Amino acid sequence: MRPLLDVVDLCRRFPVGKSQLHAVDMISLHVMPGEAVGLVGESGCGKSTLVRMLTRVLDPTEGSIRFDEREIGYIPAARFTRTPDRALIQMVFQDPTESLNPRFTAFDCIADPLRRLKGPWTTAGLKARVEDLAGMVGLPVELLGRFPHQLSGGQKARVGIARALGPEPRLLILDEPTSALDVSVQAVVLKLLDDLRRRLGVSYLFVSHDLNVVRLLCERVIVMYLGKVVESGPVEAVFATPRHPYTKALLSAIPSRGEEGGPRIRLSGEPRSPIDPSPQVCRFFGRCPLGADACQTEMPELREMGEGHRVACHTPMD
Amino acid sequence: MMLLEIDNLSLNFRTRSGVVKALEDVSLSVGRGETLGVVGESGSGKSVLSFAVMGISDAAATVSQGAIRFEGLDLLKAGPSDLDELRGAEMAMIFQNPRTALNPIRPVGRQIADVLLRHAGVTRAQAQDKAVEMLARVRIPDPERRAKAYPFEMSGGMCQRVMIALALACSPKLLIADEPTTGLDVTTQAAIMDLVGELARESRMATLLITHDLGLAAERCDRIAVMHAGHVVEVAPTAELFARPRHPYTARLISTTPRPGASLAALEPIPGSLPDLRGELAPCRYSARCHLYQAECDAGPLPRQDDNGRMVACRRPA
Ligand SMILES: Nc1ncnc2c1ncn2[C@@H]1O[C@H](COP(=O)(O)OP(=O)(O)OP(=O)(O)O)[C@@H](O)[C@H]1O
Ligand SMILES: Nc1ncnc2c1ncn2[C@@H]1O[C@H](COP(=O)(O)OP(=O)(O)OP(=O)(O)O)[C@@H](O)[C@H]1O
Ligand code: SF4
Ligand SMILES: [Mg+2]
Ligand SMILES: [Mg+2]
Repeated sequence: MRPLLDVVDLCRRFPVGKSQLHAVDMISLHVMPGEAVGLVGESGCGKSTLVRMLTRVLDPTEGSIRFDEREIGYIPAARFTRTPDRALIQMVFQDPTESLNPRFTAFDCIADPLRRLKGPWTTAGLKARVEDLAGMVGLPVELLGRFPHQLSGGQKARVGIARALGPEPRLLILDEPTSALDVSVQAVVLKLLDDLRRRLGVSYLFVSHDLNVVRLLCERVIVMYLGKVVESGPVEAVFATPRHPYTKALLSAIPSRGEEGGPRIRLSGEPRSPIDPSPQVCRFFGRCPLGADACQTEMPELREMGEGHRVACHTPMD
Repeated sequence: MMLLEIDNLSLNFRTRSGVVKALEDVSLSVGRGETLGVVGESGSGKSVLSFAVMGISDAAATVSQGAIRFEGLDLLKAGPSDLDELRGAEMAMIFQNPRTALNPIRPVGRQIADVLLRHAGVTRAQAQDKAVEMLARVRIPDPERRAKAYPFEMSGGMCQRVMIALALACSPKLLIADEPTTGLDVTTQAAIMDLVGELARESRMATLLITHDLGLAAERCDRIAVMHAGHVVEVAPTAELFARPRHPYTARLISTTPRPGASLAALEPIPGSLPDLRGELAPCRYSARCHLYQAECDAGPLPRQDDNGRMVACRRPA
């Protein structure tokens, strides 16, 4: 089977004065048809920048993005909106307040991509489809006439998810879709996503800070740190035996109501700057509890540690 | 006297399709140095309540009864200039939608310096230094240079941390934190909540922590208030709430939270949804979803038992 999404050496740099901020630095990844891949990592490590390039709303500095074996990385973001692939790759944005048009009612927010990318619709047909989508994500139909400022955070988040599902994408990229949702609605949405994957073979790239949710929904997980992938592999393997010291610290910090889990690893030391970072020094150096000499002179590369489990560290843990 | 006292507050919104009864008879209080958690489903009124306390409710909102007192001062009767004095200096809020709540055309460091200049009686140079220091405290890497960034140049979680820095800059007596860490990975979240906890201890800051992350609430709150459809249905010290929830909704909310290691199939959304808040509502707004419901539940306003710091609004509490 060929990957649905295949990304090679993707980079995005932003100018900051005379310097360059390396938001995404030589990232390669793939998503298979019907696969759910989780993307986790520290706030500011480049997850949104990466997924905004993949959904082609942001142009890469370098690298290739292949969707269904077609190169789409070179198509300027403004032109991509007019290609047929637009309907096939959809995105749920991180901040629902920012991504919903304040002059659209919830109904129109959901109907807009349907009108543009699907159809033609009859008035009744469109109404039925929008109400169906609202029902799928647990959004009460009586809220469809409201404007975004009249909705709560979690209600807006559900509008964002319904809108992205409307055009029946093959790849759905979700940037923190559940962070505004309470546990009950979250259960509804996660079950829905899982069902769409099983029934229709929809693929997901799922950015989340909620590691429990990643474990529930995803088969594979990618861990980023400051613009780089530091670990990736099957969810069970990575959660059971994290190899990268950052992953280990991350997993130890899950609030667990004191029931289980070992002591929390607190990272001390200053995080490195993403602006003009040294190409020789591991990005985690300085906060890493293991840091050795090699970490300051050579950037660790991703290495296979068994069964698709890869880690970029000179002193991987066991 | 508690620092913040909310007494029997009811608040409605006018909309094109009728009056939304967003809060009814809400009573809560927070003491100095205390962290009160507010949890409850999306749409239950948590943000509406915090806006009311800050005096920034939507223009369509009317308070039909009740009082909000801050250090004895009735905020609903206070003049606009008194409120302006309080906001930012004495009480500060972290908003749920971080990027849209920041000024888009002013560098983030400046925004923090602005509040300090206005409220803390410092020189411009001192304000700049303190702004950089605050950015460092919320763990923004390379704070000196990042202070010059605009909100659109920062990640979602970084905007959230800027807003936290902004809120904490003047050491407020009351912090209202509306989902303050949803955009943050668990390690950064832990660091930020440690910072909030430190301030609570050092300067006896009171915190209203709004979240639907029960794990976080369990870890950080002294007491927890549970809201459902505009009612406060239960208030209890944290450990007691989890050990012995008395309201059926609280019990449901706790059992719905995914345990680490649970499967997707084991997730059970809470049956039914929040009632439509327009029109006639039953005295118990949970009754249509409640497995304990009996005809007696419809017999007039719910009794509120208040003993040993616990409150539950239910006819048939556990
Ligand atoms: N301006 C408004 N007009 C009409 N209804 C409103 C308005 N603002 C909020 N509401 C409604 O009031 C209810 C409470 O909203 P609120 O934003 O307080 O929820 P919340 O508890 O903060 O939820 P979330 O966890 O999703 O943020 C919701 O049903 C919402 O739709
Ligand atoms: N337009 C821009 N100009 C300059 N820098 C930018 C721009 N957009 C993003 N960045 C920087 O790129 C880095 C990565 O940001 P990104 O939003 O991708 O992080 P993230 O992993 O999504 O974080 P979060 O979890 O907080 O949302 C950050 O340092 C951010 O400040
Ligand atoms: S009052 Fe009755 S319906 Fe309402 S929560 Fe209690 S038992 Fe259930
Ligand atoms: Mg992001
Ligand atoms: Mg809210």
